[in-house]
Amino acid sequence: MLARDGWPVAVNYRSGEAEAAAVVASIEAAGGRAVALQADVADPAAAGPLLEGAAAALGAPVLVLVNNAGVRADGLALSLTDEDWQRVLETNLGSTYRLTRAALRAMIRARFGRVINIASVVGPRANAGQANYAASKAAVIGFTKTVAVEVARRGVTVNAVAPGLIATDMTAGIPDVLLERVPAQRAGTPEDVAATVAFLASAAAAYITGTTIYVDGGLSA
Amino acid sequence: MAEPAQIEKVITDSLISFGANAEDVNRDAELTALDIDSLDLAELSQIIEEQFGVELTSADVAEIHTVGDAIDIVVERA
Repeated sequence: MLARDGWPVAVNYRSGEAEAAAVVASIEAAGGRAVALQADVADPAAAGPLLEGAAAALGAPVLVLVNNAGVRADGLALSLTDEDWQRVLETNLGSTYRLTRAALRAMIRARFGRVINIASVVGPRANAGQANYAASKAAVIGFTKTVAVEVARRGVTVNAVAPGLIATDMTAGIPDVLLERVPAQRAGTPEDVAATVAFLASAAAAYITGTTIYVDGGLSA
Repeated sequence: MAEPAQIEKVITDSLISFGANAEDVNRDAELTALDIDSLDLAELSQIIEEQFGVELTSADVAEIHTVGDAIDIVVERA
């Protein structure tokens, strides 16, 4: 949807090369510009080279950043391993911080920027078995608010999108009983989330910053 | 090698672009009196790094109180 709005898109992937290539192909088929870039954003050294690579490939600095990388490693808090904790925090929160820090350099100079962090309904709300994930996503929302305040007068907005139950690989296997708790009585789609991201990236959302938009079919209401 | 006059001009122009009144910008002017804040200083640090290759740490920036302080630290290290 960002490509449909005219943005050239750099698609980052860690291991899903074929899936990233398919996204690029679909954008190009629709007349847009896109490039796929491999990097594991959980690696603290990845952020700078990834953004530089995207800028070089697209011929312009990255002025819209969507922090979308997320993993989960579920288990009750009393049985989580340190590795489960670190991996989820580094990928979901650490990458958001490092990429945002790196991208803000160009954004504040351009007097324009959009940072869109993908959070979750889990974090603001409890979900047994996901203490690490909840901590990472609640922290992303806190991070979003403070960074938004820091850079607002440079024309840079920083917002979060909190999806509920969305039909993706990461939510495969979630029992139907959970769907019954969603007022909309269906899982959301990636397109539901993408539309919100595209809105936040648009000129129409220039005065929205530091907030979280829930895309959850009413789950958090 | 950057000339001190060039460094002074880049810093002065940057401060003005951040909103400081041009007539108030002189060596002795306090940055706070010019309404220059920490975000402005972060951007100024980027500009200095790009133009003169001088990297200012947050500890360096904390020591910059006047326009002259900013010019002097860059002239010293450029």
